[in-house]
Amino acid sequence: MTVAAKHMAGTENPYALPHLDALESEAVHILREVAGEFERPVILFSGGKDSIVMLHLALKAFAPAPVPFSLLHVDTGHNFPEVIEYRDRVVVAHGLRLHVASVQDYIDRGALRERPDGTRNPLQTVPLTEKIQSEKFDAVFGGGRRDEEKARAKERVFSLRDEFGAWEPRRQRPELWNLYNGRHAPGEHVRVFPLSNWTELDVWQYIAREGIDLPAIYYAHEREVFRRGELWLAPGSWGGAGDGETVEKRQVRYRTVGDMSCTGAVDSGAVTIEQVIDEITASRLTERGATRADDKLSEAAMEDRKREGYF
Amino acid sequence: MDTTIGTLRFATAGSVDDGKSTLVGRLLHDSKSVLTDQLEAVERASANRGQDGPDLALLTDGLRAEREQGITIDVAYRYFATPRRRFILADTPGHVQYTRNMVTGASTAELTVILVDARNGVVEQTRRHAAIAALLRVPHVVLAVNKMDLVDYREPVFATIAEEFTASASELGIPEVTAIPISALAGDNVVEPSAHMDWYGGPTVLEHLETVPVGTDLARAAARFPVQYVIRPQSDEHPDYRGYAGQIASGVLRVGDPVTVLPSGLTSTITGIDVLGTPVDRAWAPQSVTLLLADDIDISRGDLIAPSAQAPATTQDVRATVCHLNERPLHVSSRVLLKHGTRTVKAVVRELPHRVDLTHGLAHDTDPGEFAVNDIGSMVLHTAEPLPFDAYADSRLTGSFLLINPADGAVLAAGMCAGADG
Repeated sequence: MTVAAKHMAGTENPYALPHLDALESEAVHILREVAGEFERPVILFSGGKDSIVMLHLALKAFAPAPVPFSLLHVDTGHNFPEVIEYRDRVVVAHGLRLHVASVQDYIDRGALRERPDGTRNPLQTVPLTEKIQSEKFDAVFGGGRRDEEKARAKERVFSLRDEFGAWEPRRQRPELWNLYNGRHAPGEHVRVFPLSNWTELDVWQYIAREGIDLPAIYYAHEREVFRRGELWLAPGSWGGAGDGETVEKRQVRYRTVGDMSCTGAVDSGAVTIEQVIDEITASRLTERGATRADDKLSEAAMEDRKREGYF
Repeated sequence: MDTTIGTLRFATAGSVDDGKSTLVGRLLHDSKSVLTDQLEAVERASANRGQDGPDLALLTDGLRAEREQGITIDVAYRYFATPRRRFILADTPGHVQYTRNMVTGASTAELTVILVDARNGVVEQTRRHAAIAALLRVPHVVLAVNKMDLVDYREPVFATIAEEFTASASELGIPEVTAIPISALAGDNVVEPSAHMDWYGGPTVLEHLETVPVGTDLARAAARFPVQYVIRPQSDEHPDYRGYAGQIASGVLRVGDPVTVLPSGLTSTITGIDVLGTPVDRAWAPQSVTLLLADDIDISRGDLIAPSAQAPATTQDVRATVCHLNERPLHVSSRVLLKHGTRTVKAVVRELPHRVDLTHGLAHDTDPGEFAVNDIGSMVLHTAEPLPFDAYADSRLTGSFLLINPADGAVLAAGMCAGADG
């Protein structure tokens, strides 16, 4: 795939790269830059498809040597069990080191308070930034993509954060050519987004091409869900159906993986990756629009949360 | 969808009221790249402001301040695809105070779309946008003459503007300009051909974007390989493996090529090329690969591997055109860090011979004393170590560099080398 120079539609250039190869090459370049410039990089690993692709790229970038980064999971305590099992399996399979920042620990200690709506996504920021500080991580890889949301479209590949993890859009460094500037003061760190230029469809096509294993919840399965607003939510330790909400069995899959309390499932019969790609190609909703309640709060919801240090 | 199609990276530049956000919104909307929930959000926000229809500009202005002021502050990257090609768009604000954002967007673009308002024609801003495209050597330039609906779609209006722009572009060294008459608001010639301009026989903006040649000369230039990282597993399975990891910046590398390592000047031969797990006989820019060499020589991050027959000279004195990007001015004697490829070295500013006035072609203002933010001019630097610079004209990646403030790490300026011997 990567070696055949093929004549492509719209180009007379035998050296043109198919777009997945170009994206892969760029992401690997970013991963290697960080390995060369930073002391303690870490990959933010949620067990979601974007962080799985990031880890896959890191394995390829440094082969036959091991990945020179550890993993960090911010555990909301409301994870899908399938995702936690996947995470632990991957860590063992590749001999990686896993750090966990637990929202539950903060709640148990009284350092964070449960929200009335039960959602814990906004509570991830403090455990994340404090873990970055205590472990002295100087580069933190995130799977964020610029196509996800309007504020993310302005994000740099290397995004400097202060000791509170805050993002100040007006103070972003210019980023030119493929020259990334990772210099930072002690206490500051850089968030790095190797998948910046990928779209949701690119990620799925790459997963298909590379034969990457994913948690089962990304494929259609029978699950008990209930309707809240526009989302199909799955009951769990975080809570369940309230007054007027009824639980029913439906065939669903997930387009994103996050906190169970705000990640909705979509009706789906797609059991193979090709069927998932067909559904996504035909879908008229963005992945977050279809499945995430947390981005919908206001026109500037994501921008505000990034400023606070959320990814 | 076909996974073997290519990608075009392009940039848009336009002044505050040229309708750039509307053009971008129209491209996304008419190419069916805007999904229902995004459109609903725009419709809600437009209605909240008391606007009649959906304001397509709201698809692209992502920051609160931008929406409140109706302007674009920062570079925004957007993604869309057609069955023929994938697009990565660097959407840049066009106002003079955002020259640095335009330079940023242009640095990775293979094509730039410059917008003008048909009622105003070529203005100072337009000349600035053309000059930036010329300086950054963006291979293709499109002039989109917008708001044709407000001049009754008259051909002479378009022809006069296209002629004036093409003349000034050729003075700047832009080899060819594709001029397209459009109305972003009404949708004429953006994605769909216009029903109002039978006199125009050329492509729509999207058709042109889909068919313009890409991946120009990157692989045809001399090969350059900045070493990013040395892979040494030191495992039982690979006790002696030593691979040099990097992204080919230009040209083609083949197994068997004699190579020189710079700045040391040591030589060896390529014995293996590994493209992320696949051994190959040859690889080319912009592939990320790992090189294996015949000899166990001292090579580390920051070195450059090049074919011995086409190795660049190294120098400690570099003459360049720089775009100043930071509020802190630069003077003669300013001490900076210079990042070239994968190497960062100390440097000092020796001379600031002249500043360029972008609004009058590339006129010179001699001996400016200092460069302030958004200034573009020539600079002579002396580096603490020899570096293998190429001329920016020959290679956008090995001919470019950043200047960084050693005190706080901020990016001060972007530089484009005139050539190793200055």
